[in-house]
Amino acid sequence: MLDIREKYDVAVVGAGHAGCEAALACARLGLETIIFTMSADNIAFMPCNPHIGGSSKGHLVREIDALGGEMGKVIDKTFLQSKMLNTSKGPAVHSLRCQADKMEYSKEMKRVLEHQEHLTIKQAEVSEIIVEDYKVDNSEEEYSKKIVGIKIFSGIIYDVKSVILCTGTYLKSRCLTGEAITYSGPNGLQPSNLLSQSLINAGIELRRFKTGTPARMDGNSIDYSKMSEQFGDTPVIPFSFDTDPEDVQRPQVSCWLTYTNEKTHEIIRNNIDRSPIYAGIIEGIGPRYCPSIEDKVVKFPDHERHQVFVEPEGTYTNEMYIDGMSSSLPEDVQIAMYRTVPGLEKCKIVKSAYAIEYDCLCPGQLNPTLEIKNIHGLFSAGQFNGSSGYEEAAAQGLFAGINASMQILGKPYISIDRSEGYIGVLVDDLVTKENLEPYRMMTSRAEYRLLLRQDNADIRLRKKGHDVGLISDEKYNKLISKIDCINLEVERLKKTSVGANATIQKFMEESGSTPLKTATSLAELLCRPEFSYEKLAPIDSDRPSLTKDIIEQVEITIRYEGYINRQERQVEQFKKLEKRLIPADIDYDDVSSLRLEARQKLKKFRPSNIGQASRIGGVNPADVSVLLIYLDTLNRGNNDES
Amino acid sequence: MSSVLNNFSGDTICAIATAMSDAGIGIIRVSGPDAISICNKIYISAKKEHNLPDHRPNTITYGYIVDESKDHDLCVIDEVMISYMKAPHSYTREDVIEINSHGGMLVMNQILELLIKSGCRMAEPGEFTKRAFLNGRIDLTKAEAIMDVISAQNNFALESSRNQLQGKISEKVKEIRQKIIYQMAFIESALDDPENYDLTGFSDRLIKIINPIITEIDSLIATSDEGKIRKDGIKTVIIGKPNAGKSSLLNALTGDERAIVTDIAGTTRDIIEETVRLGDIILHLIDTAGIRNTEDIIEKIGVDKAKAMVNDAELVLYILDSTSEIDDEDKEIISLCRNKKTIVLLNKDDLSSDIKITEHIVRTLFSESENESVPIIKTSMLKGNGIEDLKSAVTDLFLNGQLVPKQELYITNLRHKNLLQKTLNSLKLVIDSIEKGLSEDFYTVDLNDAYVSLGEIIGEEVGDDLVEEIFSKFCMGK
Repeated sequence: MLDIREKYDVAVVGAGHAGCEAALACARLGLETIIFTMSADNIAFMPCNPHIGGSSKGHLVREIDALGGEMGKVIDKTFLQSKMLNTSKGPAVHSLRCQADKMEYSKEMKRVLEHQEHLTIKQAEVSEIIVEDYKVDNSEEEYSKKIVGIKIFSGIIYDVKSVILCTGTYLKSRCLTGEAITYSGPNGLQPSNLLSQSLINAGIELRRFKTGTPARMDGNSIDYSKMSEQFGDTPVIPFSFDTDPEDVQRPQVSCWLTYTNEKTHEIIRNNIDRSPIYAGIIEGIGPRYCPSIEDKVVKFPDHERHQVFVEPEGTYTNEMYIDGMSSSLPEDVQIAMYRTVPGLEKCKIVKSAYAIEYDCLCPGQLNPTLEIKNIHGLFSAGQFNGSSGYEEAAAQGLFAGINASMQILGKPYISIDRSEGYIGVLVDDLVTKENLEPYRMMTSRAEYRLLLRQDNADIRLRKKGHDVGLISDEKYNKLISKIDCINLEVERLKKTSVGANATIQKFMEESGSTPLKTATSLAELLCRPEFSYEKLAPIDSDRPSLTKDIIEQVEITIRYEGYINRQERQVEQFKKLEKRLIPADIDYDDVSSLRLEARQKLKKFRPSNIGQASRIGGVNPADVSVLLIYLDTLNRGNNDES
Repeated sequence: MSSVLNNFSGDTICAIATAMSDAGIGIIRVSGPDAISICNKIYISAKKEHNLPDHRPNTITYGYIVDESKDHDLCVIDEVMISYMKAPHSYTREDVIEINSHGGMLVMNQILELLIKSGCRMAEPGEFTKRAFLNGRIDLTKAEAIMDVISAQNNFALESSRNQLQGKISEKVKEIRQKIIYQMAFIESALDDPENYDLTGFSDRLIKIINPIITEIDSLIATSDEGKIRKDGIKTVIIGKPNAGKSSLLNALTGDERAIVTDIAGTTRDIIEETVRLGDIILHLIDTAGIRNTEDIIEKIGVDKAKAMVNDAELVLYILDSTSEIDDEDKEIISLCRNKKTIVLLNKDDLSSDIKITEHIVRTLFSESENESVPIIKTSMLKGNGIEDLKSAVTDLFLNGQLVPKQELYITNLRHKNLLQKTLNSLKLVIDSIEKGLSEDFYTVDLNDAYVSLGEIIGEEVGDDLVEEIFSKFCMGK
């Protein structure tokens, strides 16, 4: 074999949603980057649902955008329908969701990758990671190995400083439709069968997870008249903070809603023994938040019906995605079951529903930087880390990409804590929890969610994006003036009072509000539910001309001030614990009085600070106190010596 | 979680520093940055001034602990000696106030509650020592011992929630927690999957669920007094007509080794209280002065005062001379005792030939005021008969007949009470949010706080409970 060795700074394994963000981040930070994919025609492919965003996932997309990621920009260009969810609820749970044109999304992302300087796309199966012993020249770092390269199936070796594993559901994957089992990746794509063993040889522990997808139907075989039409919003709000809202106002495509019924459930119940999960063929653990229709029927026997959304896969195809009815039942049962649903009586299945099993990382092996413990330069992101969802994957990809770059560039890692972003919650949960199933983001996982809104993701995170070098000075300065503008206007509304004169009282009466007793600030009036910023215009003649996003921030800041202050106080407490660092070389066997369970968990997860330690399941407040005292003893011991 | 945070927040803690015995004298220790300002709120000098900050450090001063929260006049709880040690010249190296009280457990308890109301937090077991250590006061060799104390605390909380309240509060707390988390999970499921779960009309339903929980916790706080009864005594009044045997009963109760020497000469109240032990239970006898001095309390002070006394009491010992006849006055007393835990003592049982009032007659009378199950005990104060029966009647009445081994339960009790109070406040904030018309996502903030506080009572972590509940109770699907 010829001695051809290619040299790159970073190799990204997998070009799904995690891989694309990781590779773009590295290349944009000036590192020579190569991204490997099993199929260069399926970059940023959506093998499951055809949408981006949704509750809490929409928050992640906004945060990715604030940090300088790509997902929001690509979906803004390729969506078929857009909807802001939960608009009748508080601003913290508003969430943007877009139906995507799958082909266009994939094409657009591929175009971005191809046009990115320092980035190379390579279609190949990565078969090995190459590691060497880590030479300890800095005793504070706890590595035993370091990554030096990777090898692809053809035998060519790439020398790299860093590898980011974004293997999604491709590692030793197999797809199951009842008794029919194929050893393939999603949608019939080639699986990656070799890399797992190489990872195990490097000391990495793997486990099996499972997920599933519903059937795709021929749109011509569906009777939409029996379903209710679901429209998008007008006007559309873009995902990206950099997208001009004018650019996203375009015709939208509808989705359709129908329901399962008792007949559907009966067919499922009668054939449940042929489901690979119930027959015990599937060993992987599936997600509860995305149950198959057979799971829903078995676990919720009192539900008379379940929702089914019929959604377009794209404008290039007739195929419709049958959301809510994923399944791993045999195809004959699938046909019978789908045909009981109103509108699907004559349906023709283009692609059957299937469950997919794959290898992924066991918990407790990740640093908060998403680097794999003990192996210098080996990072991972996305479904390989035990998550699920395109948005969760993209967020981790971006995060791991930035940190791999920071490590090579010798700069400080990016850190986002639980009070700063959903990305922080996501990463922290993946690093500190056992996660017995594929992890999905939820707003209820964010304890400070009143602060972590999708509307203020730029205010929260753009600075971090700017600090690492993914957000330009121009964009950052734009944000700074936006923040100034918001603060000024909040101040002005607090200071500007209106008197209880006849004109004002008449206005109050006409607005259906109670008359003023004394002079009242505009801010106080804005807190009355019957008023909005806009509605106060007639009695606020001196107001500056402001954009919609600024007005939104002003309204939220004033209206929810009490709640926001309360959460900020909680965050202060939280930060105190996060700042108490635990030395990397701590020996938990030295800490007397720790309960056995706590000791084992702490040894497994090796938290980097007290806050993290307190969130590990099985470590209770008393254990944390014990740990604190131990750390204090250590510190004092050190001081005594010096 | 919050107990972890407490270690850091530099707050002010308090606890009874002396051994938990029935001895009359005790010290309450307060430590932390606000020790002086908090104590000053509940302290007045002999000249009735709140002047604690003016005192020189390391001196002892004399004054009163007062409760000014009652809107009418100032209520003096106890007269005390206060010593003030300024940081860092104290055990914990923080500002420390020590309140020397001779008021017995009941009064110490009241002072502690006052301190907590005024901004102190109940110290965790070993916390003074822990602070002393963390602030560099004690040497490293003691560290391990302290860690042991702290790690014991979790088991302690669990243990006491099982034993002390006979698991009843624990069960109740679990039941309430379950209700709360179900509602949270419903809200979260609907926020997560708004196309599937609808929150229309939810806030009205939630109010109907939360309000009964608030009532329940209110009564739970009252139940937590059960442990207190064992430790601090039951406010008891002895009532009866002249010559029925009130003072004989008092003497029978106090005149032997069961008596405890805690006479408190109330400083503003002209009553005398005595504390006596009856087996495992302490009775706190109210207004024994009246009995001692006059022997005809009803006659002298009138039914109005008797009414006030009965109202104030947790237990009424109604003593009847079984050789006399029932008259209107007795009937009046019986109707006063409606809704009160009452024990009837049919005294002079030894004069069997002259008995006119039988158990049957009394029970019939009590039945008329819906208290037909009133315990009736035949006694002879002269011969000292019936005290054992009285003991078991009191035990039945207050501890449901169960006698658990005596433990140091006091701290946990106040801790429980605090946490229940916190829960209550959180739930009231939920109602507040609903009434203000805020949307459902705001409710979970306070519902979660309530869930956390309740969890601390039974020593349970929160962990992923909410996510578990969502997935187990709601069918998420998109």
